[in-house]
Amino acid sequence: MSSNSFSYNEQSGGGEATELGQEATSTISPSGAFGLFSSDLKKNEDLKQMLESNKDSAKLDAMKRIVGMIAKGKNASELFPAVVKNVASKNIEIKKLVYVYLVRYAEEQQDLALLSISTFQRALKDPNQLIRASALRVLSSIRVPIIVPIMMLAIKEASADLSPYVRKNAAHAIQKLYSVVMAFEEVCPDRIDLIHKNYRKLCNLLVDVEEWGQVVIIHMLTRYARTQFVSPWKEGDELEDNEKNFYESDDDQKEKTDKRKKPYTMDPDHRLLIRNTKPLLQSRNAAVVMAVAQLYWHISPKSEAGIISKSLVRLLRSNREVQYIVLQNIATMSIQRKGMFEPYLKSFYVRSTDPTMIKTLKLEILTNLANEANISTLLREFQTYVKSQDKQFAAATIQTIGRCATNILEVTDTCLNGLVCLLSNRDEIVVAESVVVIKKLLQMQPVQHGEIIKHMAKLLDSITVPVARASILWLIGENCERVPKIAPDVLRKMAKSFTSEDDLVKLQILNLGAKLYLTNSKQTKLLTQYILNLGKYDQNYDIRDRTRFIRQLIVPNEKSGALSKYAKKIFLAQKPAPLLESPFKDRDHFQLGTLSHTLNIKATGYLELSNWPEVAPDPSVRNVEVIELAKEWTPAGKAKQENSAKKFYSESEEEGDSSDSSSDSESESGSESGEQGKSGEEGDSNEDSSEDSSSEQDSESGRESGLENKRTAKRNSKAKGKSDSEDGEKENEKSKTSDSSNAESSSIEDSSSDSESESESESESESRKVTQEKEKKTKQGRTPLTKDVSLLDLDDFNPVSTPIALPTPALSPSLMADLEGLNLSTSSSVISVSTPVFVPTKTHVLLHRMSGKGLAAHYFFPRQPCIFGDKMVSIQITLNNTTDQKIENIHIGEKKLPIGLKMHVFNPIDSLEPEGSITVSMGIDFCDSTQTASFQLCTKDDCFSVNIQPPVGELLLPVAMSEKDFKKEQGMLTGMNETSAVIIAAPQNFTPSVIFQKVVNIANVGAVPSGQDNIHRFAAKTVHSGSLMLVTVELKEGSTAQLIINTEKTVIGSVLLRELKPVLSQG
Amino acid sequence: MIHSLFLINCSGDIFLEKHWKSVVSQSVCDYFFEAQEKAADVENVPPVISTPHHYLISIYRDKLFFVSVIQTEVPPLFVIEFLHRVADTFQDYFGECSEAAIKDNVVIVYELLEEMLDNGFPLATESNILKELIKPPTILRSVVNSITGSSNVGDTLPTGQLSNIPWRRAGVKYTNNEAYFDVVEEIDAIIDKSGSTVFAEIQGVIDACIKLSGMPDLSLSFMNPRLLDDVSFHPCIRFKRWESERVLSFIPPDGNFRLISYRVSSQNLVAIPVYVKHSISFKENSSCGRFDITIGPKQNMGKTIEGITVTVHMPKVVLNMNLTTTQGSYTFDPVTKVLTWDVGKITPQKLPSLKGLVNLQSGAPKPEENPSLNIQFKIQQLAISGLKVNRLDMYGEKYKPFKGVKYVTKAGKFQEDVGGDFFSIGEYHLTAAHCNSKGRKLQ
Repeated sequence: MSSNSFSYNEQSGGGEATELGQEATSTISPSGAFGLFSSDLKKNEDLKQMLESNKDSAKLDAMKRIVGMIAKGKNASELFPAVVKNVASKNIEIKKLVYVYLVRYAEEQQDLALLSISTFQRALKDPNQLIRASALRVLSSIRVPIIVPIMMLAIKEASADLSPYVRKNAAHAIQKLYSVVMAFEEVCPDRIDLIHKNYRKLCNLLVDVEEWGQVVIIHMLTRYARTQFVSPWKEGDELEDNEKNFYESDDDQKEKTDKRKKPYTMDPDHRLLIRNTKPLLQSRNAAVVMAVAQLYWHISPKSEAGIISKSLVRLLRSNREVQYIVLQNIATMSIQRKGMFEPYLKSFYVRSTDPTMIKTLKLEILTNLANEANISTLLREFQTYVKSQDKQFAAATIQTIGRCATNILEVTDTCLNGLVCLLSNRDEIVVAESVVVIKKLLQMQPVQHGEIIKHMAKLLDSITVPVARASILWLIGENCERVPKIAPDVLRKMAKSFTSEDDLVKLQILNLGAKLYLTNSKQTKLLTQYILNLGKYDQNYDIRDRTRFIRQLIVPNEKSGALSKYAKKIFLAQKPAPLLESPFKDRDHFQLGTLSHTLNIKATGYLELSNWPEVAPDPSVRNVEVIELAKEWTPAGKAKQENSAKKFYSESEEEGDSSDSSSDSESESGSESGEQGKSGEEGDSNEDSSEDSSSEQDSESGRESGLENKRTAKRNSKAKGKSDSEDGEKENEKSKTSDSSNAESSSIEDSSSDSESESESESESESRKVTQEKEKKTKQGRTPLTKDVSLLDLDDFNPVSTPIALPTPALSPSLMADLEGLNLSTSSSVISVSTPVFVPTKTHVLLHRMSGKGLAAHYFFPRQPCIFGDKMVSIQITLNNTTDQKIENIHIGEKKLPIGLKMHVFNPIDSLEPEGSITVSMGIDFCDSTQTASFQLCTKDDCFSVNIQPPVGELLLPVAMSEKDFKKEQGMLTGMNETSAVIIAAPQNFTPSVIFQKVVNIANVGAVPSGQDNIHRFAAKTVHSGSLMLVTVELKEGSTAQLIINTEKTVIGSVLLRELKPVLSQG
Repeated sequence: MIHSLFLINCSGDIFLEKHWKSVVSQSVCDYFFEAQEKAADVENVPPVISTPHHYLISIYRDKLFFVSVIQTEVPPLFVIEFLHRVADTFQDYFGECSEAAIKDNVVIVYELLEEMLDNGFPLATESNILKELIKPPTILRSVVNSITGSSNVGDTLPTGQLSNIPWRRAGVKYTNNEAYFDVVEEIDAIIDKSGSTVFAEIQGVIDACIKLSGMPDLSLSFMNPRLLDDVSFHPCIRFKRWESERVLSFIPPDGNFRLISYRVSSQNLVAIPVYVKHSISFKENSSCGRFDITIGPKQNMGKTIEGITVTVHMPKVVLNMNLTTTQGSYTFDPVTKVLTWDVGKITPQKLPSLKGLVNLQSGAPKPEENPSLNIQFKIQQLAISGLKVNRLDMYGEKYKPFKGVKYVTKAGKFQEDVGGDFFSIGEYHLTAAHCNSKGRKLQ
C-alpha cells in the first residue's frame, strides 16, 4: 500500500491530495509509527486531535493507526472516549473501525461502552444493510452483561429485517447466545436423550451443512451412536481388544451364548449414520475427513472401516501440521488393526525432507505394520534411515529395529547382527542407541551371545555416552559367568576410571562389582572393596546409599543378617525381559481425532466415548416426532408421498437430457418451497429467486414460530399459501382423536426414509425435503396445541454462561427451520415461557474454602429452564480447588430436603486439579417455596454440609404475553391474590430503564409491552406449579409509585413485594 | 472454540494479535517460544502444545507462525485447517502471506479475521464471499480511496452468502466467457541407488479458472475416469453424480479455485521420466572427494523435460565444492550445505552433467552416507498418468463459452538415494513431473 501512495504522489503531487497521500504513508509504515507510539504517549494526544477533527480523512487515518495498535497488542484503551464519539460517523469505514475497537475494549470500559449503545440502536435502523448487520454483530460481541436486554430487542427487530443479509447475521447473533449443537455440547453433553428426536434429521442434513458444522455434528453423533446402538463388532474377532475383554469379563455366561446365537442386525438408524457420512470422506477439508474417519473407526463394523484408510493416506499429501495429526491417529489405529493400512505401507516411507517429528511418526507406523511378509523390505528401508544425517531419527530407527526383532522372531537374528554391525559405526549416538537396544534384545534371549558381549566389552574403551556404558556394564554383570575372563578385567578398568564416570555408570559399576564378588570373589574381592570405598565417599547420595546397601548385603560380617545368604539370588535372579511397546499403545482410550488424543492427556471439556451398550436402548425414541406427526398428518402425509414419487421421476428425466427440461423442474421446485441443498437442481437463477423469496418466508415464520399462538397460526395460513397446509390444520384438529391411523402412517414415514438409501441423489434430497417439510409443517400446525421451546426461537434464548457459536448452519434458511426443531424441552404448560431478559451475575457462596478444606463452591442462577425437569430451578455450581493437591471424587452425598423438594444432582467429578475449577449444573424443585435445600457436598475424604436457599425471584420463569392478555389475567387475580405497596423515590429512579433494570435484577420476569408510559408490567410464572406472577409498577404524581403483584401464590407474592419495595425506592 | 490468534515472525516478534473472546495475554506465547527453542528447527515445532490453562495450536506458513489459543477440547485438525484457510486468504488478498504484507494491510487483515471467525467459530471462509464483503487492495482502489475517502468495505449485499449456492455470487457478468482447466500432476518417487523405484505415486489436481456469466451448470467428463483412485472435491461438485456416472457436475465458484485433487491408483506403474547417473565418493584419510552426476531422459513420451533443478544436501563435513557443469548453473551454500543445480531443459544429444571435487574439513572422518538428491522438473502438455478430459458441457446459460484444458506434469517429492555399505540404501526422491498443454481447445 505504501508504494501505492508513493506512486500516487508522483502522478499528481497537488495540494490536498499530497497531504492525504502522506497521511496514508504514515499509517502504513507500521514499524515506524508503532515504534513512536510505544515510546511517546503524547502521540496519543495527537490521535485524539485527529479523531476530533472534522475531516473524515484524518479520523480514518487515526482509526487505522489505532487498529494497528490493537493488532500489535498495545494498549489503546485511553483513547476510548475519543473513539466512541465517532461511532456515529457517517463514513462506513470509520464506523467499521470503531466497531473493531469497541469489540476489543468494551469489556474493559463497560460504563463508557454503554454510551455508545444508543448509537447502535440508531445504527440498527440505518438504511445501509451492511451497517445494520455489523452493528448487530458488534452489539452481540460486546461482552457487557447489561446490554443483553437491548440485544434481545435488537435481534428481534433484525430477524424481521427486510434484508436477508441482516437476518442471516441475526441468526448468528442468536447462535452466539444460544446455539444448538454447541449449547448441547456445553450445557448437557451427557443428556443424550435430547438428540433422539433430531437424530435422523441431523444425519440427513449432514451433507448440506457447511464444512465446519459437519465436524462438530459428526463428533456429537459418534458419541450418540455409542450409547444407542449395540456393537457391530463381531465377538469372535481376533483383532477385538478391549471390547472383547469387556464382554468376556461379563460373568453371565448364558447371556453371552444367547448373544452369539442371535445374529446381529444393524439398527437402520445406525446404518443411516454410517451411510450418510461416507461421501464426506471426499471432502477437501481435512478436519471433516478426520471426523468421518474417527466415526467409522468408533462405530462402523470393522469390515467397513477399511475405506477410511485411503482418505487418510490422501491427507498425508497435505501440510506438515495436518500430516502430524493424521499420522498420530493412524499410529493408534495401526496398533489395533494392522490390516487397514498394510496396502499403503509405502506411503509411510520416510523422505529425507520430512521434519523429524513426521519421520518419527512414520517410523512408528511402519513398525506397527511390520509382519513376516514385509519385514525384509522394511529392514532394507530402515537401513537407509539409520544412515540419516538426522541423528535423532537414526536413533529412533534403531529402537524400531529392536522392536521388530522382538515382534517377529524370524528376523531376530538378522536384526541383532545388523545392530552389532552398527556398533562399529562412527557416530556415537548410533552406537549408544544400538548398545541399549542390543542389551534389551539379549535380555529377551537367554541364548549364549558371548561373542557379542565380548565385542561390547571392547567398546567400553571408546564409547562415552553414559547410557550405553551403563548398558554394557549391566550386560557384562548379568552374563559374568559366561565371560569369566573378561568381566574381572572390565571391572579393573572401571575401578580406575570410577571417579570420572557419570552417576548412571557408577551405579552399574557397583552392581557389576557386587555380581562379580558373588560369583568370582577370588579375583575381584579386593577390586570390589576398592570400588565400594570410592562409592562410600561419592558426592551423590544415591551412590553412597547404594554402596552402603551393597556392602551390607555381600560382605559377610556379624551385623549382616539372614539376607546376605540370599545375596546371590537377589543379584543374579532371572530378570524379566522388558517389553518393547509402542508409545501409542495407551492412546487408544481417547476418541480419535480429538485434542486429548493428540496430547495424550485428558483435555478440558473432553468427553469419554462410552462403551457399546449390551442391549440397545429402545430405538423408538427416535421415532417420537414421527409418530406424533403421523397422528396429525395421516392423509396429508400420503399425498406428500405421492408427490415425492412424482418429483423423483421428473427430476431423473431432467438428469437424462439436461438443459431442455429445466423449465419443468423450475416451476416444480419453485413451488416446492425454499428447500435447498447442493444435490438439488440449482440450474437456474430464476429458480434461485423464487427459492429465495420463499425461503425468506420460511425463515421468518420459522424463527418466530412459537412466539404467540394466534399469530403463528395466522401467519401459517397466510405465508404458506398451500392447500395442504390449510388442510392439514383442519386435519390436525380432526385427527387428534383418531388413533387408528397411527400405525399406518408411521410405516409410511419409515418407508419414505428407507427409500432414500436406494434412490439416486436427486430423489434422496427430494424425499428428504418432503420429510423435512412435513415435519416443519407439523410443528407449526402443532404449535397451537402444545408449546415447543425451540432453540432458535427468538423469545426463548438464554445467555449461556460461556457462549460458543454454532458452525453456522444458517447458510440456508431451510436448515434454520430444521434446526428449529431441535427441541430442548417439551414443557406442557399453556403459558409460553420466554427468555430471561437479564441474568444477574451475582454468585452466592455455597461452601467457603476455609470451611471446605480448600474446596470452594459458589452457585448462581442461570435463569434457564432446567434441563433435568421442568419443575426444577436450574443452578450452576462452580467448584474451585484452592489446595495444591488434587481433590478427588466430588459428589453430592446425603440430602436433607424438606418434604416435596426434589433435587437432580450433578454427576460425580472424578478429580479436580489444583487451582482447577469446574462448573456443573443441577436442578432443584423448590415447590415454589423459599425452603432451604440442605445436602452434603462430599469429596473422597470429607463431607461438608451446605445449603441453598433460593431468592424468591429465582423461583420464576419469565413469560411473554401481550398487554391485553396481561390485563385479562390480572382481572382474574384480584382480591386475596393481589398485594400492593406504595413506593417513594426520587424521580430519576423512575425512568423506565431504571425500573426495568431493578425489577429484572431481583426477579426473573419478562417485560410486557405497555401502551402507557407510566405503567410498567412484568410477567412470570412459578417454576413448580406454573402459576402466573404479574408485577405492575404504576408511576403516580410526585415521586410516588404503586407496586402491585397479582398471583395465586400469595406467599411468594408478598415475599417478592417485600423484596422489590426497598430496591425500587433506593436511590 | 478459537479464542485468540497471534502472528509471530521468524525472530519471535508477535506482530499481530486478534481476540474473538476475552483478551488472552501475549504471555501465553512464552510456552510456544519455549517449545520452539526445544525444537531443532522451525519445522519441528509441535503443532499442538498444552499449557496450564490453554492449548496452543499453531501452523508454520511462509516463515510465519500462526498461533491460536484454545481453551477446551476441539478436534485439532479443525483449528489447523482453519488457520491454513486464513493464510490462504491472506495470500489471495495480498499476493503473499508475509509479515510486511500483513502489516501494510493491518486494517483489511482485521476486517478479514472478523468476518472469518465469529465468536470463535468459522463464519465466512469461502474466498468468493469474503471478496464481496471486503474488497482486496489494488493499486487503483487505494488511489481512488484516498481521493474520494471511500472505503474498501463493500457496501453491496454479498449475494453469494444468501443464494442457494453459498460459493457463488449471483449476477456475475463477463463479456468474454471463458473456462480453463489446468490438470497438474506430480510424481512422488523414491528411487534407490541402483536406480530401481522404491516408491512412486502420482498425485494430481485440477485447478479451474472460470469466468462465466450467470449461473452456469458445468459437467466435465474424462476419457479414462477410472484412473482416479481417490478424489477429494470442492464442495460444489455433486457427489452422487460422480459416484454413478464418473462425471464432475457442478455450478462453479467465480474465478480461480481447485476443483478436485486426486491420486492415481498405485496399481498403474508410474513411468519415471528422468534418470540420474551418479558417483559420489570420498577418499579415506583425505580432505577431498569426487562428485559426478548426469541426468538423462527416460520414458518422456516424446515431450521435452524442462525446468530441471537438482538439490543435494551435502554432509556437514563438506567445506566447498569445485564443480564444472555442461549445462545450466550451480550454487553451493557453504552454510546450509545445499548444492543447487539449475539444469533447464534436457536435450538427449548432450546429457547435462555436473562433476568436480568436493573439499572436506581436514581431519574430519569421511561422511558415511552419501546424500540424497531431490529433483524437480516439469513436462508441458502431458499428464503423466494419461488422464484426459473428454468434454465440458454447460447448461443453464445460453452463450457459448471458450473452453480450454492444460496439462502439466511436475516432480513432487522426488528423491534419489545414493547409497553406501551395509545398513545403507540409496534413496532418490523424485518430486513430480508436471505436464502443461497450452489451452487445447475442447469440443
